[in-house]
Amino acid sequence: MRRGIRVRGAVQGVGFRPTVFRLARDAGLAGLVRNDDDGVWIEVEGAPEALEAFPGLLRARAPPLCRIDAVEVAPLAPLGEAGFRVAASATGLAARAAIPSDAATCDECLRELGDPGDRRHRYPFVNCTDCGPRYTIVRDVPYDRARTTMDRFALCPACRAEYEDPGSRRFHAEPNACPACGPRLELRAPGRPAATGDAAVSAAVAVLRGGGVVAVKGLGGYLLATDARDEAAVARLRVAKRRPHRPFAIMARDLAEARAVAEVDEAGAALLASRARPIVLLPARLGAGVAPSVAPGLPELGLMLPPTPLHHLLLADGPRLLVMTSGNVSEEPIARSDAEALERLAPLADAVLLHDREIHARADDSVVRVVDGRPLILRRARGFVPEPVPLLDAAPPLLAVGAELKATVCLARGGEAVLSPHLGDLSNVETHRFFAEVIERLPRLLGVRPEAVAHDLHPDYASTRWALASGLPRVPVQHHHAHVAACLAEHGRGGPVLGIAFDGTGCGPAGDLWGGEVLAVDLRGFRRLAWLRPIALAGGEAAIRAPWRLACAALLDAGEPLDLLARIPPPRLAAVCDLLARGVASPRATGAGRWFDAVAALCAVRDEISYEGQAAVELEGVAAPGEAAPYPFALAPGRAGTEVDLRPMVRALAAELRGGAGAASASARFHETLARAVGAACGRAREETRLGTVALSGGCFQNRRLSERCAALLAGAGFEVLRHGKVPPNDGGIALGQAAIAAHRLARGGGAAHVPRDPR
Amino acid sequence: MGHGSGGKLTARLVEELILPAFRNRFLEPLDDQALLPVGGGRVAFTTDSYVVTPLFFPGGDIGELAVNGTVNDLAVGGARPLFLSLAFILEEGLPLAELERVIASVRRAAEAADVLVVTGDTKVVNRGKGDKLFVNTAGIGVPLPGASLSSRRVAPGDAVLLSGPIGDHGVAILSQREGIAFGGDVRSDTAPLHRLIAAVLEAFPDVHAMRDPTRGGVAATLVEIASRARVGVEVDERAIPVRDAVRGACELLGLDPLLVANEGKVVAFVPEEGAARALDAMRSDPLGREAARIGTVTGEHRGMVTLRTPIGGRRILDLPFGEALPRIC
Ligand SMILES: [Fe+3]
Ligand SMILES: [Mg+2]
Ligand SMILES: [Zn+2]
Ligand SMILES: [Zn+2]
Repeated sequence: MRRGIRVRGAVQGVGFRPTVFRLARDAGLAGLVRNDDDGVWIEVEGAPEALEAFPGLLRARAPPLCRIDAVEVAPLAPLGEAGFRVAASATGLAARAAIPSDAATCDECLRELGDPGDRRHRYPFVNCTDCGPRYTIVRDVPYDRARTTMDRFALCPACRAEYEDPGSRRFHAEPNACPACGPRLELRAPGRPAATGDAAVSAAVAVLRGGGVVAVKGLGGYLLATDARDEAAVARLRVAKRRPHRPFAIMARDLAEARAVAEVDEAGAALLASRARPIVLLPARLGAGVAPSVAPGLPELGLMLPPTPLHHLLLADGPRLLVMTSGNVSEEPIARSDAEALERLAPLADAVLLHDREIHARADDSVVRVVDGRPLILRRARGFVPEPVPLLDAAPPLLAVGAELKATVCLARGGEAVLSPHLGDLSNVETHRFFAEVIERLPRLLGVRPEAVAHDLHPDYASTRWALASGLPRVPVQHHHAHVAACLAEHGRGGPVLGIAFDGTGCGPAGDLWGGEVLAVDLRGFRRLAWLRPIALAGGEAAIRAPWRLACAALLDAGEPLDLLARIPPPRLAAVCDLLARGVASPRATGAGRWFDAVAALCAVRDEISYEGQAAVELEGVAAPGEAAPYPFALAPGRAGTEVDLRPMVRALAAELRGGAGAASASARFHETLARAVGAACGRAREETRLGTVALSGGCFQNRRLSERCAALLAGAGFEVLRHGKVPPNDGGIALGQAAIAAHRLARGGGAAHVPRDPR
Repeated sequence: MGHGSGGKLTARLVEELILPAFRNRFLEPLDDQALLPVGGGRVAFTTDSYVVTPLFFPGGDIGELAVNGTVNDLAVGGARPLFLSLAFILEEGLPLAELERVIASVRRAAEAADVLVVTGDTKVVNRGKGDKLFVNTAGIGVPLPGASLSSRRVAPGDAVLLSGPIGDHGVAILSQREGIAFGGDVRSDTAPLHRLIAAVLEAFPDVHAMRDPTRGGVAATLVEIASRARVGVEVDERAIPVRDAVRGACELLGLDPLLVANEGKVVAFVPEEGAARALDAMRSDPLGREAARIGTVTGEHRGMVTLRTPIGGRRILDLPFGEALPRIC
């Protein structure tokens, strides 16, 4: 008996073929395994019981980086073959097999790194089929060494033997390398002789121990490292990066070290140690010695464990806790090329630790938070890209270009969507270049050419402009519709559902500013059912940068005096009141994020911000733990829908603050109010629509407290609740939502027209 | 509707609706004026309509604007302005005294700019069919010898010079219209620029292009040049002169001074070797005392204007499509 087995998924370059080889040999089966354009093709011949068990074995014993999407079995005519072989890849392929994501050093490689008897002892580029760089070094498909940035390193005989041995865990490990044939380290520092190899590590460690800053070439770009316990060093880095408040991530030597500075629960520990090696936001332990400038004013730390052997070496020899922040000046994307790094980072760093393995594609560190015990990706990049998200609709290849801040793009083809890494703010010149790079690269890696482009309605997003100039047929998608659709896509759902889209400010269909919306949503369209009472933004974006202006607007709107803003210089306060009173340059926005800003300023937590979302993050940070009573609010039904009137909340909150209440309780009560408002609005919407599922999306659902309280209240009221996990609820997920909607419209022949409809 | 704010929408109206209807070699360059062969010589010709609200504002009025605007459109083409036409469209009910004030202002401005009003027209429309008073002027001038100014000549390596602080006009208008005091005396900068421009061209005749950054501000001018000449324009935000009161007003209103209108400023694109001389000439004119070099034309990022921000990043400067909407989510 002979069987053909088709395995689909991320099955190339992850050690799948050697595994198949070993499994077949152990089971006494003859046949072959090879990579082709659909993934892996296996033919096995032998005893019926062994054949029967084989597909199950494949799934059960698949190597760690492997992701099997499908195993299909078909009978073949027996050939009477003896022995099992690994056959040459079928080349000249379209790229339907997925490129794997970058993975942290595996235990076995780590052991070799620390073993004085191993030929890769202290070799900073040790890797195998279970670990190492992938997405960041791949130039083209199919994925093999000749099409990666490893092509310039010719394998030495020892490495070649491993590479060709189906029994080795380095069988076709494309980035396989050793000190004799692989990439080399180099340290450059002004006033120091250039050091290479292990001497470069020691020199970098010396700089770090001396409180200096080292720019380190990582997997997806350069990072700036400095001792996280050295306040002077961290403060100096802040000045150099021109980043006054935004928290820095820190890398800990190991889990024990992470536990020493943060409360690491089970879910957190699993994330820290996961192969993606993201930054995990965890509650900080007070007095654990982390420099105050690392995350000023915040109760959480962004922690990660070393993702590469190089990081392991630095942390083993140097400080046990290093600030690791993307190598750039504030606002710019992570530096990638050596020339760029030397030019841009030299003023920020005392030394640059580089190597000669080129980074082909940049990818920032990913950021994850634990919400209700489950991971929530806030920034999706290294370790997670280019893992696809399945879509309900198989449409012609299309590109979704996302939003503007936290930009990502998404390429959908054949029923799955591949989201680019986090790009950043597209108004930045370098980020825009990164955007162009990714738009060029993703289709090449996936072997398709986009036939349509989905984009936001905001006319001034650089992504919208790119779409308009592209000449491709366009599918405009409303921002909050896209938010909710992203959440649906993650769950393999198409709606209709109720969607809560809580973010800052996005363009409504008529050029109005939305962001506190309750929608009825499916992939075809949406209907607006309710919204938060709008706040006037005195000075537009200026009000977003200065939350006190929003506090002022909220107080005036609620008919309250402005005594709570007595700390604002009177002429400035008067000028803003004047704008608000005359309605000049004061667009109204329903954004929930703007309510966070307003309340943060009312509580005197934050009057002006230095990074996006700062006021909201800090307001969440000060909230008193435990249960809190909501402030009053009202549902005001009208013809167009229901307005959630938050003026009663403003009055109660102002009175409480005047009575001496602190920000801790005010913040907790504000969170509770919003959650109750969501619950009440959904209850009402259910009566109207009979929809019993609620999807929570938008940047505000990065807020753990809001997310957990909304979910609890909704579940308590009998709703099914869908939340983000694998894709950010913030604008980093917009491209996926656009792709899901556009794929649906194109697959169903709805064309490029935008037709909101009643989902009932 | 936003077609009038000098943003992307206006540019699209012109390029998609108007240009195709009249395509000819004199119109094609889409400069602020046309150079025409007439009777063996060449004349420069331009027209502009003025619809400003309010009619009177700190530092000027619609009459003065109508003269200076057209004078400047001729001047930035490298021409000496000579003659103007003057047309009024009056809304029924406009107080006669206001019209008298505007006429007096036109006369004074024409005298100051050394141009003659030689023809004109007056129409009255019913109440509600106009906004008190619209003015149109057309102007004729003669090209200065040796000058050859065109957006097409702008090339990588050119210095970008600006004749003085920006944003005064737009902020003055806004303050008057909305009745907001900005805690400082902001007056329109409306002024005729032909003398300053002649002085620059005398100091260095091979200036590549000049523009008066009116509606849409300096940003609109730079974006237009970047796209017409297929060059990159790199600007240093810190080098751009802005008066404190204007900066304060812009900060309050959330406006980028680069996008605010001017009526008495010129942006010049000058080959590097003439940059210093041209800047000196600007600075020796009373209207250009605070002139500054604000940037450089590059071969990188063609079609794009990039701004080096005070914190060291580089951002893309573009025009809002219509009314500026917050982009921060
Ligand atoms: Fe958003
Ligand atoms: Mg004009
Ligand atoms: Zn390994
Ligand atoms: Zn080797």
